[in-house]
Amino acid sequence: MNDLSLRIAPHRIGAMVLRYWYLLLSSWPRLLELMYWPTLQIITWGFLQTYIASNAGFFARAGGTLIGAVILWDILFRGQLGFSISFLEEMWARNIGNLMMSPLTPLEFLLSLMAMSLVRLAIGIIPMTLIAVWFFDFNFYSLGLPLVAFFCNLIFTSWAVGIFVSGLVLRNGLGAESIVWTLMFALMPLACVYYPVQVLPHWLQLIAWSLPPTYVFEGMRALLTDHVFRIDLMLTALGLNAALLLASFAAFIALLRSARRAGSLLSSGE
Amino acid sequence: MTHDDAAPIASPDAGSASAAIAVARLTKIYKTATAVDGISFAIRRGSITGLLGGNGAGKTTTIAMIMGLVEPTSGTVEVLGHTMPDEAAAVLGRMNFESPYVDMPMRLTVRQNLTIFGRLYAVDHLKERIAELAAQLDLTDFIDRASGKLSAGQKTRVALAKALINDPELLLLDEPTASLDPDTADWVRGHLERYRRRRGATILLASHNMLEVERLCDRVVIMKRGRIEDDDSPAQIMARYNRATLEEVFLDVARGRDREAAQ
Repeated sequence: MNDLSLRIAPHRIGAMVLRYWYLLLSSWPRLLELMYWPTLQIITWGFLQTYIASNAGFFARAGGTLIGAVILWDILFRGQLGFSISFLEEMWARNIGNLMMSPLTPLEFLLSLMAMSLVRLAIGIIPMTLIAVWFFDFNFYSLGLPLVAFFCNLIFTSWAVGIFVSGLVLRNGLGAESIVWTLMFALMPLACVYYPVQVLPHWLQLIAWSLPPTYVFEGMRALLTDHVFRIDLMLTALGLNAALLLASFAAFIALLRSARRAGSLLSSGE
Repeated sequence: MTHDDAAPIASPDAGSASAAIAVARLTKIYKTATAVDGISFAIRRGSITGLLGGNGAGKTTTIAMIMGLVEPTSGTVEVLGHTMPDEAAAVLGRMNFESPYVDMPMRLTVRQNLTIFGRLYAVDHLKERIAELAAQLDLTDFIDRASGKLSAGQKTRVALAKALINDPELLLLDEPTASLDPDTADWVRGHLERYRRRRGATILLASHNMLEVERLCDRVVIMKRGRIEDDDSPAQIMARYNRATLEEVFLDVARGRDREAAQ
């Protein structure tokens, strides 16, 4: 694997996607798990939204804010998990050495993980959005074009986080696996998933506005409560995401090189 | 074994342009431990070379540096005329490896695994190639079984099939017959010999099995504590140590008896 090569061969990316597809189909519990948590999430939060809406004027006006936030948060969280779990599969299978010795480049490897995160996300999120329509009368897809902007910005952030944590696991072995499951939750209070940014103390607001998802959740609230699509928020988020993706790719390459220096590619255990 | 037509390269730097592998002053230091200490050697194309040494001699680290999995602290590695890792893209498709440090994905079937690696290596007529390997390596009975459900011998044959999927010019093998029963190990050695003859491939193998090295290798590089202790054909080395087998030479080296003392 030539670390800095920008070559992209679709057949190699296709081979990796096929590998993860075979893996997904080989285990029905894994397929079920993709849908299990999103379904539980939407049912719990959907009933909460129903309860609050019948008792509070603001939420009655801002119908779907909570359910919308839950779905968008799941896109962010499960997008990263979908990316990272495919990567972890290689670590668990001790297959990293085979890949590093093959003509696959890091960029192609990461692109295949991105493609797979979309597949896994679709399996988990689509049933979730259908439940929101049937049970809670919230049609996520009625957000229309802004939904595309929300989705793209969230998935880009999830990939950036996924690339960075994959680099950490590559460098430090499976002992660092817990970071994969927990790092995104560190963003949750700062990205203001369920409340507006103004709730935070001023100094925390500065940090919150440095995170692309904050713009998405603010944008979603503006759309659902004020019926305004804030394109300025989406463009700022896009710029931040571009910087974040570049930084995470640079960090991944640096961690990969460090792994080569430390010899950790040979021992992908703890 | 055909020692006469596969004489070792005279000096580490000689003929490096035509060498399959040329390493020069290769060193690897992990924090304070020196795993490989300034070794140099070149391996001629079409030869089978054995890398011998006890545990911690530096064999695996040396092979990993040649593959590009481990970055040297200093020194250079050239593979098939290209500097590693800068020109890795030019050679990775022309080489392959098998190592006990890596596995095939366990839940995929043998056929699925070979299909994926075949696609990664852009193998033409992949279905036919897999069928050919399955016939040659006797995989047909379990080719649609999950790789994790195979016996050790079957797994080794599958790993070998993966290593041969791209018909490599250069094959790096780390303990290719470890944990195999004598019959399967002998069969694998026979296959490697036939492959080298048919393809004209270069093979570098690290092994603890002295009989294997004697049978297969044109040349042996003996390592100890990260350094090259000896480097010649098996016959020449045995003659130098005045021993009848490489195993006796290995024990001499491991126990610190030098050639003169052995004589």
